[in-house]
Amino acid sequence: MCVECGCGLPGQTRIDGKPADQVSSPLVESGDSHAHDHPHPHGHDHEHPHSHSHAPGPREIAVHQSIFAANDRLAERNRGYFKAVGLLTLNVVSSPGSGKTALLQKTIERLQPSTRVGVIVGDLETDNDARRLRTTGAPVVQISTATLCHLDAEMIARAVGQCDANALDMLFIENVGNLVCPSEFDLGEDLRVVLLSVTEGEDKPLKYPPMFRHAHVVVISKIDLAPHVDFDRAAALTNIRRVNPNARIFEVSAKTGEGMADWCSYLAGRKAPGARA
Amino acid sequence: MHEVGIMESVLEIAESQARASGALRILEIKIRVGRMTGIVPEALEHAFAVLREGTIAAAARLDVEFVPGAFWCVTCAAEFESDDLIGGCPTCHDPSFDMRRGRELDVVSLEVD
Repeated sequence: MCVECGCGLPGQTRIDGKPADQVSSPLVESGDSHAHDHPHPHGHDHEHPHSHSHAPGPREIAVHQSIFAANDRLAERNRGYFKAVGLLTLNVVSSPGSGKTALLQKTIERLQPSTRVGVIVGDLETDNDARRLRTTGAPVVQISTATLCHLDAEMIARAVGQCDANALDMLFIENVGNLVCPSEFDLGEDLRVVLLSVTEGEDKPLKYPPMFRHAHVVVISKIDLAPHVDFDRAAALTNIRRVNPNARIFEVSAKTGEGMADWCSYLAGRKAPGARA
Repeated sequence: MHEVGIMESVLEIAESQARASGALRILEIKIRVGRMTGIVPEALEHAFAVLREGTIAAAARLDVEFVPGAFWCVTCAAEFESDDLIGGCPTCHDPSFDMRRGRELDVVSLEVD
């Protein structure tokens, strides 16, 4: 369950329509869900009698465990796997309707065939985005999260099993449209990309600082609409810089193609060394 | 609603650690929560009161240690405390993006018997 909003009370995550715990993946032991709770019944007969008695009463156990430890551990495993197979992975996040799918569609069309691209796309329901992305010819895996508002590292580990990672140079993960919760969940990506469409208003980075703060790249999308919505470009850039001075910023329109060449050449330049040129 | 999810994870960790050590009951759960997580103490207490029912922590106390946000100011070469994610250094007013503390969300220890 998501610690940000409390969503995700029992619902079934599905990958390409199948229950997530029934898909096989090189990153998940067998296909079955495996509760890691091994009781160890190692009863040893002690030859010597205990000379002390266990002090009754309360005792303290040191735990020192982060609540995010389980996800972070899986994310690191994903990251190691992606590195080993030479895959550049991008976690693409934004509010619903910022244009993630359109941006990816046009980006993939430009990157192919010199870069072999795959996509994992997360939504609560429907495979509409997956179908749009499949028109590019790229392999697309759909994760339907049912009630969950974000993707987590385990879903990615399972979804990766549905595509041939060795045959890819770049993997886009289109996260669930949500500007709050996905910021807490490391998926094992190399780059986190956050979209801000000009129709959302230039103060969004200040309203949702965590998401912008942890991004490597900010893409300002739908810039063809900027004149129609009185988008204050300077204020948007200042606000992004205030929250995250280090992020690379791109300004693009998937519709007119403006800015797409810069964005795509940046991506091509980030491909893992050793990947097909 | 953050707090329900957090409490679920806390109880999961606490129960599995307590069982692993052969404990029958959890008397106290000590957690550390950073101020920058946006967690509301009252909501956390409430979630705890509801979720502990029927677990081995049913009678447990919750001890929450809050950690204020702390940032490093490059200009002053000093740390300052602030609970504002985009707030600046109180001395030189330069913004800091180097958060050192305040995002903690840890189960620290348990008291069991």
